[in-house]
Amino acid sequence: MALAPPITDIEQLKSHPALACLLDWNPAAIQSVKFDRDEMTINVERAHIREACAVLRDHREFPFEFLSDVTCVDWYPSEPRFEVIYHLFSISKKERVRLKVRLEGSSPVIESITSVWPAANYFEREVFDLFGIRFTGHPYLRRILMPEDWEGNPLRKDYPVEGYR
Amino acid sequence: MAHLTPTPVIEPLQDRTMILNMGPQHPSTHGVLRVILEIDGETIVRIMPDIGYLHTGIEKTCEAKFYQQVVPLTDRIDYLCPLTNNLCFALAVEKLLGMEIPPKAQWLRVLLNELTRINSHLVWLGTHALDLGAMTVFLYCFREREDILRLFEMVSGQRMMTSYFRIGGIALEPPLGFFERARDFADRFPSKVDEYENLLTGNPIWMMRTQGVAKISPEDAVALGATGPTLRGSGVDLDLRRDMPYSGYENFQFKVPLGKEGDVFDRYMCRVAELRESIGIVRQALDGMPEGPIKADSPKVVLPDREKMKTQMEALIYHFKIITEGFTVPAGEVYQAVESPRGEMGYYVVSDGTAKPYRVHMRAACLANLQTLPKMCEGRLIADVVAAIGSIDIVLGEIDR
Repeated sequence: MALAPPITDIEQLKSHPALACLLDWNPAAIQSVKFDRDEMTINVERAHIREACAVLRDHREFPFEFLSDVTCVDWYPSEPRFEVIYHLFSISKKERVRLKVRLEGSSPVIESITSVWPAANYFEREVFDLFGIRFTGHPYLRRILMPEDWEGNPLRKDYPVEGYR
Repeated sequence: MAHLTPTPVIEPLQDRTMILNMGPQHPSTHGVLRVILEIDGETIVRIMPDIGYLHTGIEKTCEAKFYQQVVPLTDRIDYLCPLTNNLCFALAVEKLLGMEIPPKAQWLRVLLNELTRINSHLVWLGTHALDLGAMTVFLYCFREREDILRLFEMVSGQRMMTSYFRIGGIALEPPLGFFERARDFADRFPSKVDEYENLLTGNPIWMMRTQGVAKISPEDAVALGATGPTLRGSGVDLDLRRDMPYSGYENFQFKVPLGKEGDVFDRYMCRVAELRESIGIVRQALDGMPEGPIKADSPKVVLPDREKMKTQMEALIYHFKIITEGFTVPAGEVYQAVESPRGEMGYYVVSDGTAKPYRVHMRAACLANLQTLPKMCEGRLIADVVAAIGSIDIVLGEIDR
């Protein structure tokens, strides 16, 4: 089975419920979109991520009421270095969407979405612990998996697999 | 001595309260979960789970391995349902590759996946009952679990770390006699579930320890990211096997049991009902098992048969190349979620077009489920914490990864 090439044209994808909802709300918040392997990815401006999540959660006809996951990918050494990734799920309509925010390596700071979904609490702590991304407005931003006095952020690409000896 | 740092340090909020430390070495925390309690007499004012004692850095290790070498690592994440983890990772990579899996492999995957669910629920039921003082159930559950582990040993040679599902299919044809043994188990098992229920469901002590204990509302459960029986016990109808079918689950008929109250008893009833549903799926899989190959026809990804390697030059070359260089996966990213015994287990795999994954992230159902613990326990008694932890069915290997 050959893979279909990804679609990146906003016009073609306008009918996707999550994208339609965000376009209705604030087209300036959307950087780009990608539809690849049956999965929808929307790149959101850093400043708007919390509101975008709240808008998608509270949408009347097509709510994405469930936060599946928050994680991060480090594209070191290219810039913008980090991608923070949110997987949203609609329990009522059985649909997924992925939101992405790109962050510069020099200022890995982003607004926390714990006020939208308390579920983000542990996920964001994990990203903070392993990638060193700071979430502003998080109620308890401390290391969760590594010891409190650990140096470095293990899942960054410039951190050796064997660790620092 | 980094690991001896007292973390996190919390101070009592009020004069009359005290801090109590439970775990990480505590028989009712199912591994190495540490729970910090602030108590006023016997009543819990605040509760804070502290995790990370079993962190092994599997996600980092994955980035240094070929795709096929990641499969055995996935076994070690959730050691009670290794096959579900194998399945989820294999499905994610197959989606990246755009690969079709033959029907027989899909049905075998469903069959073994449901046996894994039964296995996991049996361990949960036994230990949960043990925590609450019902010793006998533990022995009964482990008796049937042993039968399932023997079935796993038959197909994969391993009781727990099976690595039986591979990218592109499954490792080996099941041995002679496997289907008969599995059917024999499927015929015997429903009466065994009756035995467990006889011991627990109507038992007044069990009901007092579980009914109305550690309640969570559907709204809270959704907001906190709970999935699986922890969510369904509160009456939210979500099961990925039915709602977003994978690996041929759309061909099977089963009910999704739901609770009403969202207490420990409802979560118990959900899981017991799931035991019956799962054995129904096992029986359907055995009845309708299609014929055909068990691996996809994709010589660059799937290892060739041993027999072909001895007779065909190409097969030998492909084998050598897959083992030494791995296989490349087209660049892209996928999030694949399956319904594990504990809820939504998701694998987010990013490929940069090389033979090693650029990033593998596991969405652990238990990590999100554990966040419901404070909501369940605050204002209740210490003894209820044990019931609540048991009812969430945590596996620390999955939480800490």
